[in-house]
Amino acid sequence: MGLRSFVVLAVLICAGGRLTAKMGLDSSARGETTEGLDTLAVEEAMGVMAGRELNPSFYEAQRAAHVVPIYLNTRYGSPYKVFQLESVHKATVEDVGDTGRRYHLELSVKEFISDTTEKFTAEVFFPLGEKQLPPKVQVPSLEKLTKINTKAEEDTLYQKYKTKTPLLSSDHLPDNFGNMDPDMKPFWYLCIVASSFIMLKESTENTFYNMAQVASLTQMPTENDQLKFDSTVLLHDMVSQEIPRWKLLFTWSPAEGVKALQMEQQPRCENC
Amino acid sequence: RCLFKHVSLIVPLCLGKEKPVNLHNSLHQVLRIVAKDGAQLSLIKHLEDRTDFELDFWRRATYVSSPVDVRVPSHSLHFVKSYLEKLDIHYSIMIEDLQVLLNKEQEEIHSAARAAQLKDTDSFDYSNYHTLTEIYTFQDMLVAENPNLVSKIVIGQSSEGRPLNVLKFSTGGTNRPAVWIDTGIHSREWVTQASGIWFAKKIVKDYRRDPTVTAVLNNMDIFLEIVVNPDGYHYTHTNDRMWRKNRKLLSNSRCVGIDLNRNWDAGFGGPGSSKDPCRETYSGPSANSESEVRSIVNFVSTHGNIKAFISIHSYSQLLLYPYGYTRTPIRDQNELHQLARRAITDLASPYGTRYRYGSIIYQASGGAIDWTYNQGIKYSYTFELRDTGLYGFILPASQIVPTASETWLGLKVIMNHALRNPY
Repeated sequence: MGLRSFVVLAVLICAGGRLTAKMGLDSSARGETTEGLDTLAVEEAMGVMAGRELNPSFYEAQRAAHVVPIYLNTRYGSPYKVFQLESVHKATVEDVGDTGRRYHLELSVKEFISDTTEKFTAEVFFPLGEKQLPPKVQVPSLEKLTKINTKAEEDTLYQKYKTKTPLLSSDHLPDNFGNMDPDMKPFWYLCIVASSFIMLKESTENTFYNMAQVASLTQMPTENDQLKFDSTVLLHDMVSQEIPRWKLLFTWSPAEGVKALQMEQQPRCENC
Repeated sequence: RCLFKHVSLIVPLCLGKEKPVNLHNSLHQVLRIVAKDGAQLSLIKHLEDRTDFELDFWRRATYVSSPVDVRVPSHSLHFVKSYLEKLDIHYSIMIEDLQVLLNKEQEEIHSAARAAQLKDTDSFDYSNYHTLTEIYTFQDMLVAENPNLVSKIVIGQSSEGRPLNVLKFSTGGTNRPAVWIDTGIHSREWVTQASGIWFAKKIVKDYRRDPTVTAVLNNMDIFLEIVVNPDGYHYTHTNDRMWRKNRKLLSNSRCVGIDLNRNWDAGFGGPGSSKDPCRETYSGPSANSESEVRSIVNFVSTHGNIKAFISIHSYSQLLLYPYGYTRTPIRDQNELHQLARRAITDLASPYGTRYRYGSIIYQASGGAIDWTYNQGIKYSYTFELRDTGLYGFILPASQIVPTASETWLGLKVIMNHALRNPY
């Protein structure tokens, strides 16, 4: 093999398999090809560390991008507004000295109740350190996702439950078979949003959280015009495959959105 | 109707009602109280007079040191326990949460009743999740209805002694090249076992109707193991919907279970698996230590002519090929990559369900398809079915048939390719 190829190969080996060309995932919808081996190798060889390009379908980019809709849920989520990652188009990552790693992402996020999708660029910074700290997310001013109008439904739900007796109480949402009372669906969405506070706090480059199930949800008396809920939620981390169990106290109103008051991890219990 | 027939600690008790007791989800406990002298016995008897506590005595206070069993509703629990503790009367909690026990009982009764009601595979409800008993019954019915096409092979026993059943679909020949499909290696991934049932019926319906299935079955056999992990699956119905591993009792730990997809002999014990018995990805003490895995390994090795091995999981919507335990690309990378693209294109055709595809996206050591590929089974794939996280493991039953039917289109692409590209 020629000298250049040899250098490429040597760099590949030294880079410890960080290059993901053939091993990355392709996306069915876009039919993208994986990026060329050569470009990345040259960048590495030149010591260009700012903005290492990642395969957008591969796990590094996906894990970082997954944090963005979780963040949006904490800021804008409601019983009628829940965000999900649609796809990642481009991703780069750079080390920020010793403090952490910053991902630059071009991604599409969907609010799935209204089926609104928006493409934008975001930054996710994962701090490094002995103690796990939450990532920091920066998104631009969004044109579509923050302008979805759910005022009517939210007000109706809020008024109905503000002075409800008896207070709402539920175990498993959905039940183990994936079923739930249609009246409970907005509260399931609400729990996904509230869980996003936990998921945001706990996210690292080595996690990938979703809410697996609501174990219990109990409405508490309305306080300061906020609907208040005590809940136990099961999360699922795709990387470790663990099902962390969290107690979560939160409030919601159309005016104030969702606020997490208290979060505490529980031991995993078997007979629940 | 008598309940608690399975609970040996309590004298079988007829609650004297025709309909099942509903404790409205509040906490009821059953306490066992033992008086140590006559004075204590009198104090316990006082409790019987407090009708406002709504105590339900299963076994009344008769004489000293004979246990008194009483169901205490949640609103009285605090008082009763304080009362007993202040008086230094010994009690223990026999049943911590009665509703849980009742639910389990109900489930077992219903399950047995439902299984007994299953008539044939045409009236079987494919749009619902089924218990292990029902799945075993389904398998037997399918064989009975199609004796010239389907047979059942028991390839081993689970750690709790349940049969590991494989359905063989064959139109004849001897040791024909074959396709292996398995579902349910991780018990909480319910849409996979449900899809396995659907595939079984679909194969039977499609033979002589669908050109691909017909061509495949005229030249190859199909082996389908619907419940690789029956102990885990049973446990997800009775105790913990989120159980993933098998139910192997570990000698050195209070924790139970080994991750069956980390127990294979391919990079065993490497990164992406855990050595902690309490973790979900605990790989076990050694490769193939688990009978559920060993049975498949023995079957595949003895058969010697498996050409495609497809392991089905959920969730994430991915089609993956080896390796997970190393970053080294496989020799057949290009072919498997192109084939995967064609498979997920067909999969997307009915409902637009988007899959990503490629080699395993996160490190996982000791996985099935890494082992099978290393044995020379070129077309080794893992599917991760719906969805991408909204419902996750608890996919609504209404999505079972759409998921199974779209996945089947992807499977046919792989089977067809294996048929037309013998090696």
